[in-house]
Amino acid sequence: MANIISDETIEYVGILAKLDLSSEQIEQAKKDMGSMLDYIDKLNELDTEGVEPMSHVFPVQNVFRQDVVTNGDNREQILKNAPGEKDGMFMVPRTVE
Amino acid sequence: MDILDLTAVELAAKIKEKEVSVLDAVEAVIKQIEEKEEKLHCYVTIDKEGARKRAEEVQKAIDAGTLTGPLAGVPVAIKDNMCTKDMLTTCSSKILGNFIPTYSAEAVIKLEEAGAVIIGKTNMDEFAMGSTTETSAFGVTKNPWNEEHVPGGSSGGSAAAVAADECFFSLGSDTGGSIRQPASFCGVVGMKPTYGTVSRYGLIAYGSSLDQIGPLAKDVTDCATILEVISSYDVKDSTSVERKDTDFTKALVNDVTGMKIGIPKDYFKEGLDPDVKEAVLAAANLLKEKGAIVEEFDLSLVEYAIPTYYTIAAAEASSNLERFDGVKYGYRTEDYEGLHHMYKKTRSEGFGEEVKRRIMLGSFVLSSGYYDAYYLKALKVKALIKKAFDEAFAKYDVILGPVAPTTAPKLGSSLAEPIKMYLGDIYTISVNLAGLPGISVPCGLDKAGLPIGLQLIGNTFEEKKLIQTAFTYEQARGKFEKKEGK
Repeated sequence: MANIISDETIEYVGILAKLDLSSEQIEQAKKDMGSMLDYIDKLNELDTEGVEPMSHVFPVQNVFRQDVVTNGDNREQILKNAPGEKDGMFMVPRTVE
Repeated sequence: MDILDLTAVELAAKIKEKEVSVLDAVEAVIKQIEEKEEKLHCYVTIDKEGARKRAEEVQKAIDAGTLTGPLAGVPVAIKDNMCTKDMLTTCSSKILGNFIPTYSAEAVIKLEEAGAVIIGKTNMDEFAMGSTTETSAFGVTKNPWNEEHVPGGSSGGSAAAVAADECFFSLGSDTGGSIRQPASFCGVVGMKPTYGTVSRYGLIAYGSSLDQIGPLAKDVTDCATILEVISSYDVKDSTSVERKDTDFTKALVNDVTGMKIGIPKDYFKEGLDPDVKEAVLAAANLLKEKGAIVEEFDLSLVEYAIPTYYTIAAAEASSNLERFDGVKYGYRTEDYEGLHHMYKKTRSEGFGEEVKRRIMLGSFVLSSGYYDAYYLKALKVKALIKKAFDEAFAKYDVILGPVAPTTAPKLGSSLAEPIKMYLGDIYTISVNLAGLPGISVPCGLDKAGLPIGLQLIGNTFEEKKLIQTAFTYEQARGKFEKKEGK
């Protein structure tokens, strides 16, 4: 395997991905990501010098519309889906000590 | 007459003629579900009472002459990644296991306006990440042709439900082949339209630049009819395309005289099952006999589509799936210390292995230091792949090939080796990268009796050429006999 994923890298990716991995899962993730990156490295066979990256297949940019409210007040129904709710708001763990 | 033998369009016609009531159709489907569902598990949610109630409303509107469309009264199943107001929508994930949307996806609204009756929500690979429907948090779906095999994925429940007559048609979504491949494995017709044709509003996003909603149906006529109904320009989807040529049923013409069909040589190299190869080339010959001009050509870059796709799709997925954090909806872990721990624990417990694998990869390829080398590189190769298709469509009206290298694999044989599973997407994935329309039509059975799919690919906005070619092929092929013991 050409791509060796270090403990530091996998820890960093875990933070970005907001995932809590057990030591067993970390080892598996290192292996999986390494082999996937080896595979993706195939793209380096292609010369893409001067090629514009294509994020969208059609030349569409900055599609704007008027900022007008069209939906009604769904607060009650929306909050029914929330794992925690209090006084018409989403309840989350304390964030400021 | 067995109601279940009718296509969606035939059923709607019989309902219009008062030969069949909407409730008759709904009850026929419910009875079939009661017989088959325990074994096949096509659905995550079945709403029998809601469907019966809706059948009465639709019947009244048909009787009053206010509902006259070609799908009025027809029972439909919706893939469980499309929001349905007041009906559980899980994406086959534990993290959305209790989510009840407050609105419906635009494509679903279009079907409801046309008088279709929603029977339930179909099983899928979790967040549409997979090719077998085995990554669902709610159990596997089995292939109606042979229950030891997968139905394909990620729209496996949608394809199996149509094949097993547990609905008359269904909606799926296709990010890298997720409509066409299960359609192929289950012997039904499935179509992914040009990117931007069907609104993605209310479709729970996986890879936003690649995702498209499309129909899974019993034949090409149904497929064109459904696509005509669900296509719309929608200001709620900024990538929606305004087009006037969505009268797709006009293309149901039995004629391919002079149609130029290109067969990419690269699609018939190693890895292709000989039975699949034989059936697909036989289909090409049939089209040739009908007057099409069929030629082989070099498409190039075929082997680069999969690494390009998995880089882009994983990157977009890692961003799209950030929203599942245990705050606004869905699952939240029981015990935690502080906000960040709650996020991490919720996500680690709520997502399955394949989803986590792709979020990790996506987070990596987007991270500073690796962004240029991986993500940007993939976007550049995507541009090259699009260019290769542009060159091909300068010469050909339609590209013809297999949908997948094999027929449906056995249950439990795919997930252990992710890259091997990803290789199965080789013929479908570049279509998404280039935003093209593609259709899968049954074209034979392998030695084990499993269905084989023929894929036709068109240039952007040229669904009509695909539909015309597919329809002509279907007429020439004759009825695709379903398995025994339906």
